Amino acid sequence: MTGTSQLVLRGVRPYGEGDPVDVLVRDGVIAELGTVDTGADTTIDGNGAVLLPGFVDLHTHLREPGREDTETIESGSRAAALGGYTAVFAMANTTPVADNALVTDHVWRRGQEAGLVDVHPVGAVTVGLDGEKLAELGGMAASAAGVRVFSDDGHCVADPLIMRRALEYATALDVVIAQHAEEPRLTVGAQAHEGPTAARLGLAGWPAFAEESIVARDCLMAGQLGARLHVCHVSTAGTVDVLRWAKARDTTAPGTQVSAEVTPHHLLLDDSRLETFDPVNKVNPPLRTASDAEALRAALAEGVLDCVATDHAPHAVQDKDCEWAAARPGMCGLQTALSVVVQTMVRPGLLDWRGVARVMSERPAEIAGLPDQGRPIAVGEPATLTLVDPDAEWTVRGAELASIAHNTPYEGMVLPGRVLATLLRGNVTAREGRAGR
Amino acid sequence: MKHLLTAAALDAAAATAVLDTADGLKHALLGREVHKLPTLRGRTVITMFYENSTRTRVSFEIAGKWMSADVVNVSAGGSSVGKGESLRDTALTLSAAGADCVIIRHPASGAAHRLAGWLRDTGTHVVNAGDGMHEHPTQALLDAATLRERLGGIDGRRIAIVGDVRHSRVARSNVHLLTALGAELVVVAPPTLLPTGLAEWGVPGLRVTHDLDAELPTVDAVMMLRVQAERMHGGFFPSAREYSIAYGLSERRMDLLPDHAVVLHPGPMLRGMEIASAVADSPRSAITAQVRNGVHVRMAVLYHLLAAEEDRS
Repeated sequence: MTGTSQLVLRGVRPYGEGDPVDVLVRDGVIAELGTVDTGADTTIDGNGAVLLPGFVDLHTHLREPGREDTETIESGSRAAALGGYTAVFAMANTTPVADNALVTDHVWRRGQEAGLVDVHPVGAVTVGLDGEKLAELGGMAASAAGVRVFSDDGHCVADPLIMRRALEYATALDVVIAQHAEEPRLTVGAQAHEGPTAARLGLAGWPAFAEESIVARDCLMAGQLGARLHVCHVSTAGTVDVLRWAKARDTTAPGTQVSAEVTPHHLLLDDSRLETFDPVNKVNPPLRTASDAEALRAALAEGVLDCVATDHAPHAVQDKDCEWAAARPGMCGLQTALSVVVQTMVRPGLLDWRGVARVMSERPAEIAGLPDQGRPIAVGEPATLTLVDPDAEWTVRGAELASIAHNTPYEGMVLPGRVLATLLRGNVTAREGRAGR
Repeated sequence: MKHLLTAAALDAAAATAVLDTADGLKHALLGREVHKLPTLRGRTVITMFYENSTRTRVSFEIAGKWMSADVVNVSAGGSSVGKGESLRDTALTLSAAGADCVIIRHPASGAAHRLAGWLRDTGTHVVNAGDGMHEHPTQALLDAATLRERLGGIDGRRIAIVGDVRHSRVARSNVHLLTALGAELVVVAPPTLLPTGLAEWGVPGLRVTHDLDAELPTVDAVMMLRVQAERMHGGFFPSAREYSIAYGLSERRMDLLPDHAVVLHPGPMLRGMEIASAVADSPRSAITAQVRNGVHVRMAVLYHLLAAEEDRS
């Protein structure tokens, strides 16, 4: 369908609050909210389902260009739409690296062609992700893609002087540097969270302080330079403490200086998963302890962690069905993120649906500076929406996910919450488990 | 027992059964000119060694041959492995080619577990001959056999494990097995060579100390671990000299031991560094007995995996 036709969502509950209402969408915009008597070209019956602003993922690996055998922008867009996402940020660690406007514009254009979700390329901070020389941030920011988030994700910008320059330079461009916090000297050969479990299993440890020390350093620099820092995939209770301290010191408008994301897998899973040596559980940063996961859930509820980001990382079978040390780190997450958030945050009462809207949509849109995402559900606002059945339960099957690769740590798990429909500016991009325009 | 992947999975009864079988096999061969039992005739045992090893590979090969199994040795360098074949494909190939048992040594922790998973639907048994820093269960079994032989038992005995515990699969297997058999363990190492959270592993009675001299007068056995060359240059301790002074088993230290106490080393030894030559070659040293027992223990393991299954009801 096109934006000129009319669509009605019947019997939906915005933010899961109040009695069900109808939503009339015309020209991609919410035209009426209440009881809609007008007919429409398309009607979606909500049966009381929860209506949320479309989800925004600040951290996705779409693998194109370079590893189209594991994911393409098109297949990743379908997974995103099915997961309730209306905007995703595609990380720069492709082949070639997205460290120049040619690559970022290519990714942007391929996303537009797929048309299921706004695909925003993340630009590399340094040339070739090698941590030595700043990439042309200004050129990427000024290009068609209008890059607003830069990250060497997969690698830490470890050199403190390079990081300082990046944070400082970025202030003129109104862009944010997203740091993969990992002190590389402390993680040489690291395979798993450094703790009793990994030590007993003979897996070289990735200590929590390798993350926390970089986050502390970068928070201090961002504060003193008046720069903006976004911390990727926070995984430890210690990082939460550092962030709470940094945010308390922030005298600018709330949350503008330092922001942080947490992945669904760090909310739900822990290092007891190591026992099987199955590399489907190998990820960077590694699965931490159960008490870290508990601290992350509390911090997300409290707002010390701003948002959920998937770190969706598809990998080929041969890169996972091997010995632990040889496996690549990462797990698919776009289609399971909402369900994991419902499981870990909504069901235990840590977040209500307003809170889900905040961490899955509004805050990530603010952090990345997307003006038309994460908007209120109100007349005149873009119909960029996700309709969720909060009571549905489903069994995760990697092979049934839309991604080309199907490395999911949730295989066989029954999870709550299901995306019924996703709308991007009035266009239905996913409905009842099918993605498409 | 389908596989032998870890010593941690062995309880006292299972371990004792293997040790008793090893004793039986040892006595059956005693005084014989021909070291050959027909037990595993017609069975095929393949060793896959992805790390250099002389003693363990040879020990398994001899064990298989003394049991009349057909033993085939695959080494990573001279096979499809060298051409980049995945571990999974190699395992499935060897299983399909008729391996009744695959014995694997691999630098990645958990490699034997993965192998057992891939071979789940086959009849092939897996023996872990050392996976990364994780486990080396037959080494722990041969250490237990040697301690039993020299001390008359393990239950209630105090055993010191000294050296690079952090990187040692031998230490990990021994911590689990000797504890299961009732030993009281004390781990002696510099803090940099201790595994993380050893106290939280749930090993009953395990103590950690950095003072070797204080422990020696009350132990029944001291197990010295190898310090790998790459650790010596990795900043884990200031110098080989300082390590040797603090943690090496010198002649002076040997004299601190009770008369009955025995010295073990899994080999290969760094003489003069972690252990003095005079100690390694002394009557206290059970190092060659360990090697001899290694063959019998591995025969017993092959027996329990490949032959004893028919005996089970």
